[in-house]
Amino acid sequence: MGSAFLDPRDVQFWLYDWLGVDALTGHPVYADHSRETFDAILELSARLASDKFATHYKKADRVEPALQDGIVTVIPEIKQALADYAEAGLFAASFDPEHGGLGLPHVIDTASMAHFMAANIATAAYPMLTAANARVLVKFGTAAQIETFALPEIAGTTLGTMCLSEPQAGSSLADVMTRAMPDSGDAHFDDELGPRYRVTGNKMWISGGDHDITGNIIHLVLAKIPGDDGKLPPGTGGITLFIVPKMLADGTRNDISVAGLNHKMGYRGTTNCLLNFGEGGGAIGYRLGAPGQGLAIMFHMMNEARIFVGLGAAALAIRGYRQSLDYARERLQGRPAAAKDPASPQRPIIEHADVKRMLLAQKAYAEGAVSLILYSAHLMDRERVAGDEIERARIASLLGLLTPVAKSWPSEFGLAANDFAIQIHGGYGYTRDFDVEQIYRDNRINPIHEGTHGIQGIDLLGRKILRDKGASLAGLGPEIAETVSKASAIEDLRGLATRLNLAWAQVNAVVETLITLNDPGRALDNASGFLSAFGHVVVAWLWLDQATTIHGDAEINRAFREGKLRACRYFIEVELPKIEPQLGIVAALNDVAATMPEEAF
Amino acid sequence: MRVLVPVKRVIDYNVKIRVKPDGSGVDMANVKMSMNPFDEIAIEEAVRLKEKGQITEVIAVSVGPAQAQETIRTALAIGADRGILVTQEGAEPLAVAKLLKALVEKEGAELVILGKQAIDDDSNQTGQMLAALLGWGQATFASKVELGDGKITVTREVDGGLETDELKLPAIVTTDLRLNEPRYASLPNIMKAKKKQLDTVSAADLGVDATPRLKTLKVVEPPKRGAGVKVASVQELVDKLKNEAKVI
Repeated sequence: MGSAFLDPRDVQFWLYDWLGVDALTGHPVYADHSRETFDAILELSARLASDKFATHYKKADRVEPALQDGIVTVIPEIKQALADYAEAGLFAASFDPEHGGLGLPHVIDTASMAHFMAANIATAAYPMLTAANARVLVKFGTAAQIETFALPEIAGTTLGTMCLSEPQAGSSLADVMTRAMPDSGDAHFDDELGPRYRVTGNKMWISGGDHDITGNIIHLVLAKIPGDDGKLPPGTGGITLFIVPKMLADGTRNDISVAGLNHKMGYRGTTNCLLNFGEGGGAIGYRLGAPGQGLAIMFHMMNEARIFVGLGAAALAIRGYRQSLDYARERLQGRPAAAKDPASPQRPIIEHADVKRMLLAQKAYAEGAVSLILYSAHLMDRERVAGDEIERARIASLLGLLTPVAKSWPSEFGLAANDFAIQIHGGYGYTRDFDVEQIYRDNRINPIHEGTHGIQGIDLLGRKILRDKGASLAGLGPEIAETVSKASAIEDLRGLATRLNLAWAQVNAVVETLITLNDPGRALDNASGFLSAFGHVVVAWLWLDQATTIHGDAEINRAFREGKLRACRYFIEVELPKIEPQLGIVAALNDVAATMPEEAF
Repeated sequence: MRVLVPVKRVIDYNVKIRVKPDGSGVDMANVKMSMNPFDEIAIEEAVRLKEKGQITEVIAVSVGPAQAQETIRTALAIGADRGILVTQEGAEPLAVAKLLKALVEKEGAELVILGKQAIDDDSNQTGQMLAALLGWGQATFASKVELGDGKITVTREVDGGLETDELKLPAIVTTDLRLNEPRYASLPNIMKAKKKQLDTVSAADLGVDATPRLKTLKVVEPPKRGAGVKVASVQELVDKLKNEAKVI
């Protein structure tokens, strides 16, 4: 394959022709930037990703992180890649200058990260997690907390984690049992780094939980402060957030030990640990924010974290697509169905209709997924530079509605794309001689972590749509209507616009039915099917919107334009009709699965 | 001391080159362009000399279309202090050498570090021509450069191994691949590069006639590599090399 994991033409088209992100530089927040610097940063990202991240993609899968004598080690290439990433200033990219950052728009930071995730998602996960961690610290931390914990993360000299799940509490965070006791015995409650606690408990699935990449690691830990009766408060309201560093200020190790490494199907370069806090009496933790505010604070980074999970899935979809495309162009196998002469030379498999179908499906899924992510990341920037509060609230609501889709749709259909990438490779795709099996394994985590597909379905249909009786959903209507109206004015796109309009009406009809029935329990029985269908409508809208952009642009390379228009057509003609049966099941409150007696399985 | 480093905008080394169907040249439409890799090494070397405090200013120069400003910005992001673009498309090595001579004299540069050749036309001429035009000493294909007092010691990659030359300044050095590994331009430096001075002059401003003198008759793709054959014995191999390939 070529050295670039993303086609630079795609990136340019999405950012400038379609989203027009250069308009952001007109706002004072981004006035220091220009298209020229954006391009230089994207170019740097493409190079660094291919020179330093892609080069240990397979090795990091083969040589898993190891735990010996309580110390976790990774291959040295990961450390080197992240040192180069830090040196290039990329950890700091999207942070504000007052924190040592470069104030880059999220959408550019996201496009930059896409290159690293496509090249080596497991190595790219470290900076992704660290940025999310630092974002929480700079928003909610005190000046001392920011200086001590966030600034080294922004400089890339210290990495960070999120410690949420426990062995008995994964999706169900209300049930966390990690306790934090005020460390008043040491008269340190008023430590300059914040109220000091002793944290004890077990945290599971901690990505980057321990490693030898950086000397220190900053854990953000969800825990509960026991009441006067010594009992942990029930529910999510009792959750508080703590900063628990691996190394304490005096250079000694905090009371955190690695109980074990999880041996994963993919994504192996990212260490994944079971951490025990406080085996020796309690790990020192500094409270971040007020007691009971832990989950609320975490939710502030949730949008970004979820968009980045979707980004990883989308980036892997693109990589699989491009690798299988290269393979299909080169692999000679068989002859056209109409060929009479068995002695005629074999033809590249890209000439076979079924291979074309699998390539076009991948293109439609993968590029659709990336455009969904970039659109969402751009919303984060647009929210920031909004002219007034009404506009800001409108964008925030749209972002909230689209976030579960941005997380889940790429995770579901990026994986489907990777499945096609393997299929195109035939038997070779099933071997470790090619990358596609690893791409699939690496991508398989994405429907699971950062809120499973099922959780996202409930978030979308329950929290984002039904709770406000469709108000947020209604906010998407004018956006879709505008695209439909633009596309209707173009003869080639009119039919597609009609189909999208119809699909949107179907979604609204289902939601109205559910609101009228007012049976929240049953309404959510088929929420994950709704999420997939709704995602299809959103992606169809984004494809059509891009088609209207590219249709009239004579400057754009003909084959490139044809590719986008075909993918749009494929998505709306072949994929979008799939929503009908899915939405039908939701609207009918079909309970065949939900009411299945357990003993009947 | 001022150092001049010419940088050329060329088709990116990763791009698979396609010849235009009419054979008039290479297809440049929608092709990614970047800095000639040997020039990147030249900039890196100059920046390292500056970081050691041995020189005072690094000036990146390009001869090309307006878009070559991007190439100069890259050089500025690596660490060059300012840039000059000579707006002249399709200049041939001799014209480029004349333009550089004019700039060397205008800027008072005492050292010029160039890439040994550009990866688009592989001419490998500009540095040598510039040395001749200026009447300066030249050390080509450098793999190590040490700047002394009024002199420069250059280790060169030659067929038989390494040759070390000492030149009096001012001098011309052209870089080979192993001189250094260029750094990545970091984000803060990309931002700083935006604010650095970048002047534009024309060939006429410099009093140079840059009209092309060469005429391209035809551009064709290299012949496709044929399939290999397995030979049964060493004798057969030797026979084929002698009589078919005629290489021994």
